Amino acid sequence: MNDMTPTREEREAKLQGMGCKRKRVEDVRFTQGRGQYVDDLKLPGMLFGDFVRSTYAHARIKKIDASAALALPGVKAVLTAADLKPLNLHYMPTLAGDVQAVLADEKVLFQGQEVAFVIAEDRYVAADAAELVEVEYEELPPLVDPFQAMAEDAPLLREDIKDKTEGAHGPRKHYNHIFDWQIGDKTGTDAAFQGADVTIKEMLSYHRTHPSPLETCQCVASMDKIRGELTLWGTFQAPHVIRTVASMLAGIPEHKVHVIAPDIGGGFGNKVGAYPGYICSVVASIVLGVPVKWVEDRMENLSTTSFARDYHMTTELAATKDGKITAMRVHVLADHGAFDACADPSKWPAGFMNICTGSYDIPVAHLAVDGVYTNKAPGGVAYRCSFRVTEAVYAIERAIEILAQKLGMDSAELRMKNFIKAEQFPYQSALGWEYDSGDYHTAMRKALDTVGYDALRAEQTAKRDAFRRGETREIMGIGISFFTEIVGAGPTRNCDILGIGMFDSAEIRIHPTGGVIARMGTKSQGQGHETTYAQIIATELGIPADDIMIEEGNTDTAPYGLGTYGSRSTPVAGAATAVAARKIKAKAQMIAAHMLEVHHDDVEFDIDGFRVKGLPEKRKSMKEIVWAAYNQPPPNMEPGLEAVSYYDPPNMTYPFGAYLCVMDIDVDTGVYKVRRFYALDDCGTRINPMIIEGQVHGGLTEAFAVAMGQEIRYDEQGNVMGASFMDFFLPTAVETPVWETDHTVTPSPHHPIGAKGVGESPHVGGVPCFSNAVNDAFAFLGSTHIQMPHDHWRIWKAARALGA
Amino acid sequence: MSKVHVKLTVNGKAHEALVEPRTLLVHFLREDLNLTGAHVGCETGHCGACTVDIDGMSVKSCTMFAVQADGADILTIEGVAAPDGTLHALQESFREMHGLQCGYCTPGMIVRAHRLLQENPRPTEAEIRAGIAGNLCRCTGYQNIVKAIQHAAATLAGEPFQEAAE
Amino acid sequence: MIPANFAYHRPSTIEEAVGLLASLGEEARALAGGFSLIPMMKLRLAAPEALVDLSRIAALKGVREEGPEIVVGAMTTQHQLMSDPIIAAKVPLIPETSAVIADPQIRYRGTLGGNVANGDPGNDMPAVMMTLDATYVLAGPNGTRSVKARGFYEGAYFTAAEPGEILTEIRIPTPAPGAGYAYEKLKRKVGDYATAAAAVQLTMKASTVETIAIGLTNVSETPLLAQDAMTILAGSRLEPEVVDRAVAAAEAITNPASDGRGPAEYRTAMAGIMLRRALARAASRAQG
Repeated sequence: MNDMTPTREEREAKLQGMGCKRKRVEDVRFTQGRGQYVDDLKLPGMLFGDFVRSTYAHARIKKIDASAALALPGVKAVLTAADLKPLNLHYMPTLAGDVQAVLADEKVLFQGQEVAFVIAEDRYVAADAAELVEVEYEELPPLVDPFQAMAEDAPLLREDIKDKTEGAHGPRKHYNHIFDWQIGDKTGTDAAFQGADVTIKEMLSYHRTHPSPLETCQCVASMDKIRGELTLWGTFQAPHVIRTVASMLAGIPEHKVHVIAPDIGGGFGNKVGAYPGYICSVVASIVLGVPVKWVEDRMENLSTTSFARDYHMTTELAATKDGKITAMRVHVLADHGAFDACADPSKWPAGFMNICTGSYDIPVAHLAVDGVYTNKAPGGVAYRCSFRVTEAVYAIERAIEILAQKLGMDSAELRMKNFIKAEQFPYQSALGWEYDSGDYHTAMRKALDTVGYDALRAEQTAKRDAFRRGETREIMGIGISFFTEIVGAGPTRNCDILGIGMFDSAEIRIHPTGGVIARMGTKSQGQGHETTYAQIIATELGIPADDIMIEEGNTDTAPYGLGTYGSRSTPVAGAATAVAARKIKAKAQMIAAHMLEVHHDDVEFDIDGFRVKGLPEKRKSMKEIVWAAYNQPPPNMEPGLEAVSYYDPPNMTYPFGAYLCVMDIDVDTGVYKVRRFYALDDCGTRINPMIIEGQVHGGLTEAFAVAMGQEIRYDEQGNVMGASFMDFFLPTAVETPVWETDHTVTPSPHHPIGAKGVGESPHVGGVPCFSNAVNDAFAFLGSTHIQMPHDHWRIWKAARALGA
Repeated sequence: MSKVHVKLTVNGKAHEALVEPRTLLVHFLREDLNLTGAHVGCETGHCGACTVDIDGMSVKSCTMFAVQADGADILTIEGVAAPDGTLHALQESFREMHGLQCGYCTPGMIVRAHRLLQENPRPTEAEIRAGIAGNLCRCTGYQNIVKAIQHAAATLAGEPFQEAAE
Repeated sequence: MIPANFAYHRPSTIEEAVGLLASLGEEARALAGGFSLIPMMKLRLAAPEALVDLSRIAALKGVREEGPEIVVGAMTTQHQLMSDPIIAAKVPLIPETSAVIADPQIRYRGTLGGNVANGDPGNDMPAVMMTLDATYVLAGPNGTRSVKARGFYEGAYFTAAEPGEILTEIRIPTPAPGAGYAYEKLKRKVGDYATAAAAVQLTMKASTVETIAIGLTNVSETPLLAQDAMTILAGSRLEPEVVDRAVAAAEAITNPASDGRGPAEYRTAMAGIMLRRALARAASRAQG
């Protein structure tokens, strides 16, 4: 060997495979302003659509007069429900088994609801025209409070389904009722509560908020009438599903619908579903025969497309007096707004809320969820979390704190006492999940040791004493959360969207000189898929990541997949990528053996090629093998190197983590300061630590915002309050705390590379951690629970009520 | 309404156009000049995704009419790299420090940071945080953006980057 | 969010601007930095038929000393106020306030005149100008006149300015050397209006308050001068019980709206807290 021969480390480093902090491929264009987002698209003759929206939360539409709008120069058409009805497009199916009005049909059910769609030559004229459409309303009493939805005299909201006693998920109890979803052993749970030493019960409200990506929802629809083909560009987290929906609704064969999701400016769950804007743009393009663009403005985004949460969770725990939890009982009142437009897998009307037993070995549990309609925007999307997992983790992690308080026990100790033990995995939970792997005690211990937990508690005790003596007006809260996520939806046996199983896919094609193109059914919105999928392939196939191009979002070229949300890209499409790579690798092994003139069992993979076992100098590089695949494949073998995998995961993955927050609160103003935030994440095998850290920073920042003030508020008349970035709390760099990250690694046993997914963990674990910090700060004054969001005035009010 | 004549320089190139007075500068840049790097995020002057540099000031181009920029010298993200394509230290550092994810806020963030470093070549972390408080990012939590700006400042000063203890 | 159309005018002198506003009538509006007006236009809460852009009128810009006064051109930006040496030396309350207004981008173009002229109760500078006992110079079709900041604000978005008048300059009596000052602002985040804010300007001699002025931001339809609190504190040594009385007197004149920043009772209480903190800081800064 001469000095020029690269070492094994150098060969590995050259691949930039799994585990390295590879710099992102995407950044080259984004840092130069050369991203290609939907609104950057310009097509010849393109028109612009804009909505006329309801000013009322609940009203009958008496008349729509578009004549003044149509008379405005540059206006091409105004669509109303009357135009859509003959096409049977005035309603569209939601992912949750409900229907949603595309344009309001006779009645409006929330403020901001789509009433008419104005199409004009540019966005300025469209905005002028939308103002000129006159809508005459007859006001109806609004229903805003979900707790009043099923009152005997509650206003009837959904006249379109008023006679349906059966919904998509079983019987309806009331005309404003959507579903009653129950799981677990009710009898056993009730019995456990009856005999319990200690019980706690608290109604934990998780307020309505919104994912609010910086780029709003938008699309361009272009119908080519000659070819009978529709192309739809849009901000789609699930482009293939959108294509199926568009095809079904428009009656255009699926192969003639081309859906393309270009660069997306953040999604966080907002861009999963189908919105009236998409449907109206498609209809307008079909009617007018030219491309039509629709771009939501910020106020429309915050007040109409896809809120999150609005879950009111009455949570109970039963325990022995020494702190062993014996049962959990939860009832949720779920406010879905005017239409159930949850973006959940079809069989899961409350998502995976039944992960609410959390990280604890709870022998018996029962969960019941009642969904109701109100005069608010439709939705219930998973905002940076797997379906309803943030809600579930909030419920258990607040309940644990409340129980610890009642027991007079340290909450970290209570957690340690009840954790599922490492040897119990795979663990069957009382509410039906099989947790794949975990080592909770190690993670929790590491977190407590790193932050110096005992010293923090001692400091807190001293501060409380000083506060009681009147020496300070500042109190200190220590928030802990230990979460278990359930992500990677999901096995097709129990997860589907509109009947399509929630597999995902990867197709890898290696060209003769070693360049690779790989396509997935997912769609990045900032997660860095172009970088990380290439790292998986690089390690699996021994080809440098820089030689691998990742492409997503074009439904013509990418294999069918269910998209990116619920942290499913790594668990599902990442697995598909590894599986497809391994198919190629198996073929490469045959080719290598042929080239080396040995039996294929006698060669083994070695970083970036194959070598003969026991004769390491007899080897063929992947580059040589790839060329041979096209140049001289073994006899009876097809040329080429290409594979596709549609991966149906055998189980979900269960990332977990231990978070700890230290917060100082000025009781005179309610102003808080996050002094320290430590986040330990275990997402299994780590593909790119740099990107994981970035995901954690971002998720924690969103969690901070949600816990501390980010809210969609309504007044009693159903008017949306503060739907702009003035009021909607998106912290700037000044308010955002500094994040400390850490990790343990417990690979998923059923995932090809052991990875679990991470994007949503920090949000899921972060929200209860902040809320626990606030609640912990006030606990010594006798408080058991203070509702979120914890904005200044609410903290101040709580302090007042506690006599601080 | 009659259109108004505007004449301005963008990224070193002179432009003249007739615009409606109400045309927002961000739309003029994006639609008329095809400079789509500046993005529209909030439309109320809070998010800074539309930030461009005008006569040495960072400006939110969604809250300014194109006519107000008549005679101005404008720098957008497309003009931040050298004419030969060499990336600016900030562009390199944002990649190096993972200061971006979805990329939507990035052009405004870099253009703003560019001005910040002209005014304060070696800002502290607190000065950077205050200096970019007019730019919202939904993805990164800002921590790596702050690092990226510190990294770029060090590069521009010809000094090694030292990560501040947190 | 797209504004309605309008005609655009860009005068280069005050006379030309006044003439334009007179001839265009009530549907014309003067445009300064635009950060109040343009968002309102985009939301179509305002739809002026014509805008008169004041940005190219050189006479409206800059800071100068004139006898016992500091004179600030109405189109002087917050950014300029934060770096102006005269302002820094003589009226440091102003840059302290500018620094907590909006964000860096907005401070580059947002002007002092724009902040004080439209009567938006959320703006910070009106209460500061009342605290400093500034005088606004208004130019209109009938010539110029002066109005005290303390008498300028009549209601939310209602001021003593007549239609067709523009604010040309703000004249601030130069504070005594060694005066103490502070602006304490509570807000939810950078870029927000105040939940409540208090401005204090005072002089002290032998630990006794000689002169004091107090302004309150965003806790009523208009900015407030806390006259009773000022009377209580003048001549005091800021004894805790006197401060308590003054704070109670200041809280008593507030009448805030309940909004996303909090209910009225909270905002009133915060006005009190901000005042306490501003008093303490101003006193600690005062010499003498």
